[in-house]
Amino acid sequence: MTGVVGAIVEAWGELRIHKLRVLLALIGVACAVTAITGVTALVSMLNQSFKEQTERQSGRVVTLNVNAWSMGENATPPTGWDAEFERVLERYDITYASRNEWTQAMIRYPDGTRTTQVQAVDADLGTINRIVPEQGRWFTDADEEAMAPTLVVNEAFLEAQGLSDLSSHPTVQLGDRAPVRAAVVGVLRDEWADAEPVAYVLYDQFHRWIGPDGSGMQSGGSGPAVQGPMSAQVPSMYLWVPTELSTDLGDQIKRDMQAVAPGWQVDVQDNNYNTGGLDRATKWVGIGVGAFALLLGGLGLVNIALVTVRYRIREIGIRRSFGATSGRVFFGVMLESVVATVVAGLVGVVLAVAIIKNIPVERVFGGGIQDMPPFPVSAALVGMAAAVCVGALAGLIPAIVAVRVKVIDAIRY
Amino acid sequence: MSLLELTDVTRSVRLPDDRILHILQGVTLAVDAGEHVAIVGRSGTGKSTLLNILGLLDAPTTGQYLLEGVPIGKLSNGTRTKRRGRDFGFVFQQFNLLPGRTALENVSAPLLYARGRQFWSRTRLAAEMLERVGLGDRVDTMPDKLSGGEQQRVAIARALVRGPRVILADEPTGALDVETGGEVMDLLDEIASQTGAALVTITHDLAVAARAERQYRLTEGVLVPISLDTTSDWVGDVPTLVADRSARTERRLPEPTDEAGVPA
Repeated sequence: MTGVVGAIVEAWGELRIHKLRVLLALIGVACAVTAITGVTALVSMLNQSFKEQTERQSGRVVTLNVNAWSMGENATPPTGWDAEFERVLERYDITYASRNEWTQAMIRYPDGTRTTQVQAVDADLGTINRIVPEQGRWFTDADEEAMAPTLVVNEAFLEAQGLSDLSSHPTVQLGDRAPVRAAVVGVLRDEWADAEPVAYVLYDQFHRWIGPDGSGMQSGGSGPAVQGPMSAQVPSMYLWVPTELSTDLGDQIKRDMQAVAPGWQVDVQDNNYNTGGLDRATKWVGIGVGAFALLLGGLGLVNIALVTVRYRIREIGIRRSFGATSGRVFFGVMLESVVATVVAGLVGVVLAVAIIKNIPVERVFGGGIQDMPPFPVSAALVGMAAAVCVGALAGLIPAIVAVRVKVIDAIRY
Repeated sequence: MSLLELTDVTRSVRLPDDRILHILQGVTLAVDAGEHVAIVGRSGTGKSTLLNILGLLDAPTTGQYLLEGVPIGKLSNGTRTKRRGRDFGFVFQQFNLLPGRTALENVSAPLLYARGRQFWSRTRLAAEMLERVGLGDRVDTMPDKLSGGEQQRVAIARALVRGPRVILADEPTGALDVETGGEVMDLLDEIASQTGAALVTITHDLAVAARAERQYRLTEGVLVPISLDTTSDWVGDVPTLVADRSARTERRLPEPTDEAGVPA
């Protein structure tokens, strides 16, 4: 016990005396540990950012996309489609799902009424596609029971309404023959420059008040539709399912939906694209950068330690005269190196955390990260372990030199 | 039974050209607890080698060395090292204080290799020892801020802090002026007698040697008892060597020989 404590006290004393050496060791090894830890964290953030961007386009992994199209020109939409959708969710215990119907609606703007692209969806689409409005909010389940339709629009839509924000709690008029007023509750960022106005509306609200032809006839309108009857279509369905069940569920859901849609071709696709290659590549890049930095730090440490041991030969001899065994001298010199690298490793990890926590995520990754990956503790531990190993290896050579010193010669050195 | 007992000890080393250099030849010496023994001799006569053997820093080539009756040849390296730390205190000519460490840290350094109470109370013990050598007000001073005499006092405090049975002083006044050297030797004598430790002093200063109860001269690697007349034949402050107890003539180390003992 006293031997170990004594060796640590001795090592700490040596480091305190040789501040410059410690500082040099700190710089090399701390940079290496910062690199190995920071790069791992950055790779993790990069992967998460890439994953989230992909999920904003095609939904969470794994999202089943159920589509149906008619096999004949005069096919009528299957009547039990929506009911079967509800049954499928219940049958397979699917928590997040959304219907998605691309359609149009007549919307009044300050400069007149015109046809606007509308996407009728369920509130869960916000979760499945990681939708984060720029202003306001996405739909909630409570909106489905509201007495008036609610809209989430893009920036182009808001601008076309002559608005820049939602501070005035704007409403817009939908439909032409029997218009309804819809409250705008959220604004999404335009997906590209000069985007056309687009509005999202809840699927059930759309069919209750606006109608599949966009005329607003369900709300009491009786005039002619502004456009000819739209071709028969059924909404596609997005279903977020567990990865391991996605293939089986896809097959079963396809059979279930096909059964209620005679004359229609039902197809189920998933978005479980294999991105493991990218993950592995970025991971190995991170490890490679860190290992190389650690190698450089370690070489610097060996260099400094060797020079210092030669400088300290007399001191080692004096300590031997105090009763320091060769084992204790070996352990002491090696421990100095290890203690230095442990301190350096801690500094490196703290530095990496400081950098990662203060990184301008939006600027670096071109968009915010919704589910920020936790700081990779494992990377920090690997960095620390690597620092200790480098310290031990770097201490090995000077420790052997120190033990080989003849006590008598050392004292006279 | 003596505390230290050398019998017919020799120490030889092989030179790079394969000749053998006989540093010590047939050295016989016994030192009892609390005794003060001085060994004089010119530079290069093997004084330090003898001290290194006594302090377990070196081992005899032949002959027997008994430490409290135990042959040190039968002790393992580890045991010898531990006994060196526990039973011996070294005082060097050049003080050999650890650079960059305060007086207190220097004195407490040997206690890092101690066990139990000595280890855990090392700071207090070191402070007490510095107080005892009159440096209670310099505990936090770095060695390079201390005078030569103060540095040697720190070295003495460091040699004594583990309560050794034997103090081995290698030219303890060699780097000091006469007056300071005298003060340092007074302190060494005083503390050695207080603690009951044996004191073996190696010196070429006859005045220092004269303080000892017994004196020896090392000549041709052979240790011979001498007597110093400390009462009548002084030259200035230095006693004169009146008679060796052997008829040997003082010489430097003997010439190297080949393995058959033929001079090269």
